[in-house]
Amino acid sequence: MTHPLNAATRFVARWPQSIGLLLVCAVFSASTGGCNSSGSDGIVLGHYASMTGSEATFGQSTNNGIQLAIDEINQAGGVNGKKVRVITYDDKGDAREAGTAVTRLVTRDKVVAVLGEVASGLSLVGAPVCQENGVPMVSPSSTNPTVTKVGDKIFRVCFIDPFQGFVCAKFARENERVKASKAGILYDQQAPYAVGLQEEFAKAFKKLGGEIVSTQTYQAGDPDFSAQLTAIRASNPDVIFIPGYYTDVGNIAIQVRKLGIKVPLLGGDGWDSDKLGKIGGEAINGSFYSNHYSHEDPDPRVQSFIKKYKERFGDTPDGLAALGYDAARIVCEAIGKAGSLKGDDIAAQLAKTKDFNGVTGKISIDADRNAVKPAVMLEMKGGQPTYVSTIAP
Amino acid sequence: MADFAQTLMTALAVGSLYALIALGYTMVYGILKFINFAHSDIVVLGAWLSFTMAQRLLPMLGLDPHNPATTPPLWVGEVILLASMAFCSLIGFAIERLAYKPLRKAPRLNVLITAIGVSLLLQNVGQLNFVFGPSPQKMPALLPTWELLRVSLPSANGNRDVVVGLVDVVIIVTSAVLMIALEYLVFRTKTGTAMRAVSFDIDASALMGIPVDRVVSFTFVLGSALAAAAGFLYALKYPGLNQPAHATWVLLGLKAFVAAVIGGIGNVRGAVLGGFVIAFVEQFGAFYLSSNYRDVYVFALLIAILLVRPSGLLGSTVREKV
Repeated sequence: MTHPLNAATRFVARWPQSIGLLLVCAVFSASTGGCNSSGSDGIVLGHYASMTGSEATFGQSTNNGIQLAIDEINQAGGVNGKKVRVITYDDKGDAREAGTAVTRLVTRDKVVAVLGEVASGLSLVGAPVCQENGVPMVSPSSTNPTVTKVGDKIFRVCFIDPFQGFVCAKFARENERVKASKAGILYDQQAPYAVGLQEEFAKAFKKLGGEIVSTQTYQAGDPDFSAQLTAIRASNPDVIFIPGYYTDVGNIAIQVRKLGIKVPLLGGDGWDSDKLGKIGGEAINGSFYSNHYSHEDPDPRVQSFIKKYKERFGDTPDGLAALGYDAARIVCEAIGKAGSLKGDDIAAQLAKTKDFNGVTGKISIDADRNAVKPAVMLEMKGGQPTYVSTIAP
Repeated sequence: MADFAQTLMTALAVGSLYALIALGYTMVYGILKFINFAHSDIVVLGAWLSFTMAQRLLPMLGLDPHNPATTPPLWVGEVILLASMAFCSLIGFAIERLAYKPLRKAPRLNVLITAIGVSLLLQNVGQLNFVFGPSPQKMPALLPTWELLRVSLPSANGNRDVVVGLVDVVIIVTSAVLMIALEYLVFRTKTGTAMRAVSFDIDASALMGIPVDRVVSFTFVLGSALAAAAGFLYALKYPGLNQPAHATWVLLGLKAFVAAVIGGIGNVRGAVLGGFVIAFVEQFGAFYLSSNYRDVYVFALLIAILLVRPSGLLGSTVREKV
C-alpha cells in the first residue's frame, strides 16, 4: 500500500544513485565483465589477505589453500553447474588497506561471500563491512572470539582463543618436558589476537594451579625486547608464553637465548609459518605452539591434501593453507545447498554446517558461528614443526 | 644489579644507533632549516643494502648465508659497511640535487612536503619485488656470536648473568669512531668551518666566497653515510629485517628526530647526547616501570624538555650550529 506520490518521491530520491550506478557499471564493465559479476558467468568469491608484509606467509598459504579447493570444485563441475572464481586483494597486513579491500570486494566486485582474514585484528576490520552489506564472511583462521560477534553473517572454521589459551595452559602445566608452575608472558599489545589469547592463557593457567610471574608487552615490529626479557628473566619463569606472529616471535627467540634464558617458549597458531624457523634459527628449536592441524597426521584425507598441495605449490602446507582449503570448501558447499546467491540464504546454510569432513578435522558450526574442533601441539625441531600431542575440546 | 647492568648495556647500544641517525637530522636542519623526512629511509636503505650484499657475498666465499654458525672473516663486514655507506652517500647526494636544491629559494613548507614525498617514494620503491621485496628477511650473521663477557651478579631471586655480546661492542665502538671523526671534521677542518659558517648565515657565507651548494651537498653525503652505518649496525643487532615500508622504520626515524630535538636541533653534540638520553629513558622505563608505555616515555620527555628548555638541552641563543 504505497502512496503513488510517496513512490514517486522515492524514485526521485534514488534517481541520482541509479545514474551513479550506471556510470560505475560503464567504467568497470570492461575489467570485471559486468556490474554484477556473480551473474551468469559464474560465482565470484572474495578473499582479502596479507599477501605481502610481516605476515605475508599467512595470506599466501591461505590463498594457495583456497585456490586448490576452488580448482577441485571446478573440476568436479562447479557449484550447481556454475564455475567458481576468487578475487584476492592484498591488505599488506594493514588495517586501512584491509578496510579498502573488503569494501571493494563487496561494493564493486559484488562477491557473494568473503573469505578472510587470518589476523583477528584485520578480520575485525572486514567483518562490519560484510555484515552491513549482508555478505557472508568466513574467516579461515581468526581465533579472537569477538570476530564472529560482529553479526550473524560472520563465521569461522577454526577454534577460538578461550580454547587455544586453555590448550596452551594445559600443555604448559602437564607436558613432562615443560611442567611449568611459573609462566612469564610477552605479548603484542596492539593485536587483538595476542591480547585475547594471553588473557585466556593466564586465566586457564591460574585455574590449573600455575602462577603468572611477569606480564610484558611489545608492539609489532619492535626491534628490541631486551628490557622486557630482562624483566621476565628476573622473575624466573619455567616457560614464556608469546602469543605473537612469527616474524616478531623469531626475533624475540633470538634475544631470549642471548640473555641466557633457557626455558621453552610457548605460543599459538600465529607462529605457524616456515619463516619462523628461518628467522628464529637455532633459538626457536625446543619451543612449542598450538595449531589447527599437523602435516604428520596419517589420516588419508590429510595426506592426499598434502600431496596435491605439494604437487602444485612445491612445499608442505601449513595450518593456514589447510584452513583456507576447508573454508573455501565449506563456503562452496553452503552456496550449493542454498541454491541462490543471496547473502541471507548462504549464511543460513553456513550456520547449519555439521560434521563437515575437513583436513583440519570434523567441523561443526555452533550457535555463535564458531567451529568446534581439537587442537594439536607442535614442537620446533631443526627449524620444522613436529607433532607432539592432540588436545580435544 | 645484574638487571641494571644488562639494561645499561642495551641502552648504550641502542643509544649509539639513535645518536648516529640523529646526527643526520641535526646537520641538515642546522644548514637548511628543514627536517629531512627521507633521512630514516636512508637508514632503511643502508640496512637492506647490507642484507643484499651479505646475501650475495657469502656464497662467493663458500659460506651458507642461512647458517649462523659459519661467519665470514671480519673484513667482509667492513667491506659491506663501507660499500653501503658509499652507496647511501650517493643516494643522499642525488636526493639533495634533484629534490631539494631546486627549492632552495622556495618557502620552507614546500621543501618539507617534498621531503615527505621523497620518503614515501623511497619506502615504496624499496618494497618493489625487484628491489628489496615486500617480505621481512633474515640478515646473514656477519659476526661470530661471541660473548665477550658473561658475569654472574647477585640480584633479587638469585644470581643472574650479564651478557655482553660482540655485536653490542661492535655497535658502540663503530658509532664512537664515526662520531669522533665527525667531531674532528666539523670543528677542526676547513670543510667543517665552512659548514658551520653556512649554518650561521647562508647568504653571508656565499658573499665570503664559500661554495654554499658544495657544502650543502657535502652535508647530505655525510649524513647519509652515518645513516647507512646505523642501518648496517641495526641489521647486525636485529637480524630479522622488516620490509622497507614497515612502521618500525618510521618510528625509529621519529625517535632519532626526537633525540635531535631534545639535544638541541642543529647542535652536533646535542644530537649524540639526545640519542643516549632517549635510549636510557626508553630502556630503563620499560624495565623498571612498564613496557606498555615504552614509546610514551620518549615522547613525554620531549614535551617536558620543550617546556623547560625550548631550544633543547645543548641548544642556546648563541649556539654553534652545523
